[in-house]
Amino acid sequence: MKNSKILAIALISIFTFSSCNNDEDPIAVNEEEVITTVTTTLTAGSQTVILTSRDLDGDGPNAPVVTVSGNLLVNTTYTGAVRFLNESVTPVDDITLEIKEEGDEHQLFFQAPAAIGAFTYADADVNGKPIGLDFTLKTGTVAASGNIVVVLRHEPAKSAAGVATGDITNAGGATDAQITYPVQVK
Amino acid sequence: MQTKIYIVLCFCMFCMLSFAQNTVSGKITTQEGMPLSGSHIHIGTKTVSSDVSGNYSIKKLPAGNVKVFVSYVGYKSVDTLINISGNQELNFTLKVNTDQLQAVVVRQKANTLNKSILEQKIKTETIEKFSNQTLGDILKEIAGVSSLKTGSSVVKPVINGLFGSRVPVINNNVRLEDQEWGTEHAPNFDVNAAGKITVIKGASGLQYGGDAVGGLVVIEPVLVKKDTLFGKTILNLASNGRGGSVSTSLHKGNDKGWSWNALGTFKYSGDKEAPDYVLSNSGNREANFSGDVKFTGKKYDISGYYSFYNTTIGILSASHTGNVNDLYNSITNKIPSVVNNFTYTIKNPKQRVKHHLAKMNYNYYFDETASLAVQYSFQFNKRMEFDVRRGDFNDVAALDLELTTHAINVDYKKTLHDWTLKTGFNTSIQNNFANPATGIKPLIPNFDRIEFGTYGIASYDLSDSFSVDAGLRYDFSQVDATKFYLKSRWEERGYTTEFADFIVGEQGNQWLTKPSFTFHNISASAGFHKEFETGFNWYSNVSLATRNPNPSEFFSDGLHHSTGIIELGDLALDKEQAIKLSTTLQKKWTAFSVEVNPFINSIRNFMFLRPVGFETTIRGAFPVWEYQQTNARLAGVDVQTHWKINKQWQYDFALAYVNGKDLTNKESLIDIPPLNLNNKIQFSKSEWHDLKLELKSEVVLRQNQFPDNNFTTNIVVNNELAPVLVDISTPPPGYQLLHFYSEMKFKTFGKTNATVAFSVQNILNTTYRDYLNRQRFFADEMGRNFQIQLKFNY
Repeated sequence: MKNSKILAIALISIFTFSSCNNDEDPIAVNEEEVITTVTTTLTAGSQTVILTSRDLDGDGPNAPVVTVSGNLLVNTTYTGAVRFLNESVTPVDDITLEIKEEGDEHQLFFQAPAAIGAFTYADADVNGKPIGLDFTLKTGTVAASGNIVVVLRHEPAKSAAGVATGDITNAGGATDAQITYPVQVK
Repeated sequence: MQTKIYIVLCFCMFCMLSFAQNTVSGKITTQEGMPLSGSHIHIGTKTVSSDVSGNYSIKKLPAGNVKVFVSYVGYKSVDTLINISGNQELNFTLKVNTDQLQAVVVRQKANTLNKSILEQKIKTETIEKFSNQTLGDILKEIAGVSSLKTGSSVVKPVINGLFGSRVPVINNNVRLEDQEWGTEHAPNFDVNAAGKITVIKGASGLQYGGDAVGGLVVIEPVLVKKDTLFGKTILNLASNGRGGSVSTSLHKGNDKGWSWNALGTFKYSGDKEAPDYVLSNSGNREANFSGDVKFTGKKYDISGYYSFYNTTIGILSASHTGNVNDLYNSITNKIPSVVNNFTYTIKNPKQRVKHHLAKMNYNYYFDETASLAVQYSFQFNKRMEFDVRRGDFNDVAALDLELTTHAINVDYKKTLHDWTLKTGFNTSIQNNFANPATGIKPLIPNFDRIEFGTYGIASYDLSDSFSVDAGLRYDFSQVDATKFYLKSRWEERGYTTEFADFIVGEQGNQWLTKPSFTFHNISASAGFHKEFETGFNWYSNVSLATRNPNPSEFFSDGLHHSTGIIELGDLALDKEQAIKLSTTLQKKWTAFSVEVNPFINSIRNFMFLRPVGFETTIRGAFPVWEYQQTNARLAGVDVQTHWKINKQWQYDFALAYVNGKDLTNKESLIDIPPLNLNNKIQFSKSEWHDLKLELKSEVVLRQNQFPDNNFTTNIVVNNELAPVLVDISTPPPGYQLLHFYSEMKFKTFGKTNATVAFSVQNILNTTYRDYLNRQRFFADEMGRNFQIQLKFNY
C-alpha cells in the first residue's frame, strides 16, 4: 500500500518537474565573436592593393577564400591597414574597433621574406606599444614573389624581447587569426 | 584466439563442482511452543526462513564448525557455533525480547550481488587521507585503476584502460548524471561524503545499468547503525597550491526512529607549482554540502537525501591555444607559454560546475529474507566553461549546459536457501539545455532522453565453497535532440541523403535539425566463485555490456582549444558492445596474500576519435578528428600483494598492465595507461600513539604502444613558411615518484581523539609529464607537496 503511494507521488513529481521542458524551436546561436574576413589594404599614392581572406562558415569545413587584388611595386612605401569583420551576422560586425579598444591585449605580426619588404608599426596602444592595425610596408628593391603572413595574437607578452618591433618569437598568447597572402613585387 | 580462451574458461567453469552434503533441519518455536513462521535462520553462508509451522531445512552444508544465527522480530536472537557431521536436527526456542527496540535487525549488506567478481574496496580510513583531493586520486589506490587528468584538479577514473561514459559512477545508489562524456569533466562528487568506495572492473553490476563497458565506481555514504551522535572534522593544509580544505560531518545514528547525517566541505587552493615554474591559473575552489534524514520503523525505513557540489576550477593558462602553431611552439619549447607569479585568483579559462542531487528512499522488509527498495532521485547539473575571449565576452560562459535528470528505481531482493535473487526496474527522464547566450555554437545540443531498464540477477550456492551467479538486463533509450548544423558541415558529414528526415527548418547558412534515436539493448553477466580449503579463491566472470553513443560522440562539432583539433561527431554511429572476461586468483597464506586478475575485453563498434585530415579556418589549419568505430581489444593483468612481515612491518606491491589494440586498423589505441608498479612499505607501532610511517614508490613506465597521429603543418621560420612535424603522439618518458605518509593518534578529552598526519607527495621534486594528462603538451606535473592533516573525532 505504502509503496504504491510513494511510487505514485514520485511519478507525479517526475511529470510535474519535467513538464517545464519547452518545446519551442531553439534560437540559433549568434556567433558574434567569429572573424570571417580579414582585409589588408595597402595604399601608395593612387595605387591600392587589397588582400582579402573570407571564410563565411567560420569553423565550418569550407576553407577561407584568399584574394589579392594586384601586384605590389618595387621600392615603394605603402600605408597599410588591417580590418577584421564578422560577416556571418547582419548587420556586419566590425571587430577592428574591439581590437583597437583592447589594443593592450592584442598585437598583429607581419612576416614576409626580406625580398618582399619590411614592415613598421604605425599605431600604439594605451601603453605606447604597437597594435599593428596600421603599419607601413617598404617593398624590396628587386622583383620577388612570396607570402605575407598576418597573425593576430590575443594576450601576447607585449613587453617581451623583440615583440614591439614585430618579432613574434617571444610573443606567446593565443592566435585569433592567421592569414597567408601570396604576393608578387614587380 | 580469443574465442579459444573463452571456451577454455567456460569449460573450466562447469568442471568445477565440489560435494558437501549435510542437511540441518528443525523447528523454531516460542517458549510457549508456538511455531514461529518467517523467522530467519542463517547457517554458514546459507539463509532460509521458517515455514508456517516453524520448520526449516538447509541442505548441502560442509562438515565442521559453522556459525548459526536465528532471529525473529521481537525475540532474542540465537548466535552460536555448531559442529556439523552428517544430517542433523536442530530445534530452537526463541525468548521474547523485553527490550523491543533492539529487535529489528536491518541488515545492509553490500549492494552488489556479484559473487563471481572480486570487488575492490576502499575504506573510510583511506578516503580520509585523500580528503583534500579528488575521487580520481583515491581510486588510483586500486591496482588497474588509473586517471585521466586535465591539469591537477580535473581527474577522471580509468578502469582497465577505459573511462568517461564507459565508467559510470554510482553515488549513494544514484547514477551520477554530470556530463561524464567530456574528457575534461571530472565526477562532480565530494570525496568526504564517501564512507566506502567499491570498484567493479566490468559490467556485472547490472542493477546500475548495462553500459559499464569499462567498469563501475560505487560510492556508499557513511552508515551509522548504533544509537549515537558523533562528529568528525578534517583539516588539511597543503604547501603546493598554498591552500587546504576543511570538512566537518555530524552523524546521528539510530537503529530505530530518526537518524541523520550532515556534511560540509570547503576547499581553497591557489596556483599549483611544478618543480621549475608556477602552473599559472591552476587554482580551485570547492564548497559542498550533503545531508540526509532517515526514519527507521519496524519493517521499513524511509529517508531523504540532498547534496550540493559547487566548484570552480582554473584551467592552465598555457593550455589555451589559438591554432596549431601555438600547439607546436608549446610542444617544442617544453615550457608553458604563460607563466605568471603565484596567485589565488582564477582567471579564464575556467570551469564552474554546480551539481544538485536530491532523493527519497523507501525500503520495506517483508521479513529477514525479502526486501523492496523504491527510490526517486532528481539531479541538476549546471556546467559553465569560460574561455579567453575578447572584451565583455570574457564574462560570458563559452559553454553553458544544464542537465536535469529524474529517475525512479525499484529493486526487490530475496534470499532463499541457496539462492539470492535481485530484480527491479528503473526509468529516467533527462533534459539538456544548452544556453544560446554564450555566443558560441554549443558543443552539446539540447536534447531529451527517456530511458527504461529492467534486470534480474541470481546467485546460487552449489556448495559452501562454490557459488555461481548470472544476470540479465534490458534497456530502452530514446534521444530527441535539436541542433543547428552549418549547411557546409551537414554536407561534409555526408548527412544529406541519410539524415534528410532530421531537417525541420533553415536559418541563414544553417539547418535546424531534430535528430532522434531509439535503442534496445541487452546486457548480461555470469560467473562463479570457488573457494579451496587452502585459502585459495578463484573468481571468474564474463559480462556483456552495451553502450549507446553519448552526446559528444553523436554531435561534437567544433574546435577544441586545449588540443588544437576540430572534433566531429557522427550521427551514423551505432551502439558499442563489449564482452569482458575476467578472472581473479587469490591466495592467502598467514602473512602473505596475492591477487592476480587477468582480463580480456573485446569491444565491437568501439567509438574513438581518429585523425582524418585538415580544415583551414581564419585561424589557420587544424587537424580534424572524427568519431569512428572499430573493433577493439583490451587485455591486461592487475596484481596486488600484501605481506605482513611482522607485527610492525608491512609491504604492499601492486602492478597494472593493459594493452589496447584497434583490430580493424591494426594499430594501438590512444590513451591507454602504461605499465605501472607501486611499492609501499609501512611501519606501525600501536604503543607509540598508533604511529604509522609509510613510504611509497610509484613507477610509471613509458607507453610504447600508441598510434601515430603526428601531422605536418606550415609555420613561419625566418619570415618564410616551412613545414614542421607536430608530435602529438609520442608519450612522455617514464617516471618514478616517492611519497611519504605518517600519522599518530592522540586521546584528547573524554571520548574524543585526534589524528595528526604529515605527508609529502613527490619527495624528490621530480619533473615529469604523464601520458594521461590532457595538459602534457603544455606543462610539467605538480612538484613536491607537503601536507598536514588534522582529524578530530568527537
